[in-house]
Amino acid sequence: MTDEPLLRVSALSKFYGSRVGCENVTFDLWPGEVLAVVGESGSGKTTLLNCLSTRLLPSSGTASYRMRDGQWRELYRMSEAERRFLMRTDWGFVHQNPADGLRMTVSAGANVGERLMAVGDRHYGRIRATAVDWLSRVEIDEDRIDDEPRAFSGGMRQRLQIARNLVTGPRLVFMDEPTGGLDVSVQARLLDLLRGLVTDLGLAAIVVTHDLAVARLLSQRMMVMKDGRVVESGLTDRVLDDPRAPYTQLLVSSILQV
Amino acid sequence: MATPLVVSDVAKSFTMHLRDGVTLPVVTGVSFSIRAGECAVLGGPSGAGKSSILKMLYGNYAVDEGQIIVQHGGGLIDLASASPRTVLSVRRHTIGYVSQFLRTVPRVSALDVVAEPLVERGEDREGAREKARSLLAQLNLPEKLWALPPATFSGGEQQRVNIARGFITEHPILLLDEPTASLDAKNRDVVVELIAAKKAAGVALLGIFHDLDVREAVADRVIDVSAFAAGKIAA
Amino acid sequence: MTAQPTGIATYNFAYLDDQTKRMIRRAILKGIAIPGYQVPFASREMPMPYGWGTGGVQVTASIIGPDDVLKVIDQGADDTTNAVSIRAFFKKVAKVAVTTETAKATIIQSRHRIPEHPLTAAQVLVFQVPIPEPLRFLEPRETETRKMHALEEYGLMHVKLYEDIARHGRIATTYAYPVKVEGRYVMDPSPTPKFDNPKMHCSPALQLFGAGREKRIYAVPPFTDVVSLDFEDHPFEVQTFDQPCALCGAENVYLDEVILDDHGGHMFVCSDTDHCEKRRGDSTSPSWGGRAEGAGGSGLATTPATSTPALRADPPHEGEGKEAE
Repeated sequence: MTDEPLLRVSALSKFYGSRVGCENVTFDLWPGEVLAVVGESGSGKTTLLNCLSTRLLPSSGTASYRMRDGQWRELYRMSEAERRFLMRTDWGFVHQNPADGLRMTVSAGANVGERLMAVGDRHYGRIRATAVDWLSRVEIDEDRIDDEPRAFSGGMRQRLQIARNLVTGPRLVFMDEPTGGLDVSVQARLLDLLRGLVTDLGLAAIVVTHDLAVARLLSQRMMVMKDGRVVESGLTDRVLDDPRAPYTQLLVSSILQV
Repeated sequence: MATPLVVSDVAKSFTMHLRDGVTLPVVTGVSFSIRAGECAVLGGPSGAGKSSILKMLYGNYAVDEGQIIVQHGGGLIDLASASPRTVLSVRRHTIGYVSQFLRTVPRVSALDVVAEPLVERGEDREGAREKARSLLAQLNLPEKLWALPPATFSGGEQQRVNIARGFITEHPILLLDEPTASLDAKNRDVVVELIAAKKAAGVALLGIFHDLDVREAVADRVIDVSAFAAGKIAA
Repeated sequence: MTAQPTGIATYNFAYLDDQTKRMIRRAILKGIAIPGYQVPFASREMPMPYGWGTGGVQVTASIIGPDDVLKVIDQGADDTTNAVSIRAFFKKVAKVAVTTETAKATIIQSRHRIPEHPLTAAQVLVFQVPIPEPLRFLEPRETETRKMHALEEYGLMHVKLYEDIARHGRIATTYAYPVKVEGRYVMDPSPTPKFDNPKMHCSPALQLFGAGREKRIYAVPPFTDVVSLDFEDHPFEVQTFDQPCALCGAENVYLDEVILDDHGGHMFVCSDTDHCEKRRGDSTSPSWGGRAEGAGGSGLATTPATSTPALRADPPHEGEGKEAE
């Protein structure tokens, strides 16, 4: 494993007029590392995710990404074409609502295959075989390959969205509340699946969640945000078992015990 | 042989912001070292901070003051001030930890739970499973349970899965937090054998054992934690 | 100004005013300069409903000159309502000569076919286009499809072909079959049968496309690469027909199925009526010389002597020619 990070974020801030979206966020992310960003609604975690994934341009600060060829590139200086290419090859983005990340009116197979076709694969048989493989990896029956996601349950749609993102072997995946809006049992299954895929593929991931249990299960590192700022960061189990910041202590103490 | 683990002047307290910032001192001036091939046991009454010390050594609790020097990757690092990434690397390669409770992951079989630390260190899955099988057999876990997720196992069965998971790797430092708490006599003896084997292999062990028989059988030395009681220095 | 004796003095030559023609010519020139790129233009209200060729008519009106000879076809036929009306329109407002004979025309306005007779560098083919955006049915946002064209992100086009194969075992798109122009822009060739796609490739004739309702003009300059999209293991193929034209015996042409009666009687005949008549004329009547009509002739073109015409006169309509998805 290389000793260089994959992503370097330095003093990233986003202001909406005088309102703070996120302020002065700095961290490095290494290959294979899963970073959870936790905080309540309005804490700035989604703004941060959108800035990092270049869906939103920050007001100040830099983020550099190490490309597959080892070159460091500043994300906000890349052309839109380069960023979009990165987005559909080396990156993934898993939306909370699968309908935002899927094409609901084309088949599951085509949803998975789209990225392959986007990077120039022109062999139907190979694209379909890859789609079959990925559907099985996310536990969707092969005989659903020609069904549209409209006919899928929420959990299946989310798994399909994951397959669609991972098919090009990305190195960095952004996830925005990937288990939000799902039943608890469906959540558990999805988390297992994600955990396994992240480990098997050596993915780096930035997972935004308000659910500390999700953070504990998926991530090694964690950042706690409040009012746009990072109030505490560190190893996930350290932050959760020995929270230091007042806000983190409040968050951890607010977890319902079952 | 170099000392794999040196703890010097470590202090720990908890600040409870939800209770008007009251500070609960835990330990202070914690200093000891563990040699390779030695098993030291943390002694002292309940609440003296034995578990907290173990958790600091694993990076699970933050350290307020002092140093925890670990031999890691051919050099020395201070775990007390190390970056999260370094702590993760130490956990992967240098310090193993057997806790009282298994944090179960749904849907992963007992065999894979045990094999996982080896796979994380880069061993191939089948080889890791083979070692996991032999450990689970040694710990008398019925073979029909191996393929099942441990979530529904009894306390003793879960504990044995946990022990196997902790002992499967060849970490040069192993932390044991009451590994025998819910085991019967036969399996306690197996754990004692496993610890003896680790010692013979040159592993530095630090443990908490409430079971006197086990402690007698494995301890080379008892470190009395009450000597580090936080009240003392302040006086 | 006093009215001129003809009674149509209030019209400009070819109906459109000169400023509008300039605007449209600029759009055409830009389209030629960037083959396959959809140029927005300020489409005018024309004296016919959208879906009846308002885009093609505006393009034709902007390029036609007094010496041009115009042919108008509707799905291959010179004699259906749409073709007859547009031909009459230009005869009236531009007083140009019209013809049904491909070889004699200098401008051919077409709804959904390319003539079988090879075109020459002296000819311009004007297509009527209902929906110019090939990505539209998969990506409804115009902002996004423009960006996809700009960044050459065409994976989505193959998604559509993938869906075809997944559902039908082969690429079932038979018309409006997407093409890549000069290795850059993906273009909708208008709802022509894919049978005609190869004719667009390196055609000596200039090909212009006008979409009136959607306000887009695009072009394929002469001798430009036009490649139909496909998969390596499902290559592009044109339709083939089991039998030759029932009337003229032509093979390797595009045939229409014509229903003869209420008892399932049918036959396949050339879609290109001029081509069919010419062949039949050649064999039965060597003196056949075409039916070029003079300017200011007697109005509507006469109905050619086939047994089939009225059956193909399907009126165009909104969003015609695309499968609803």
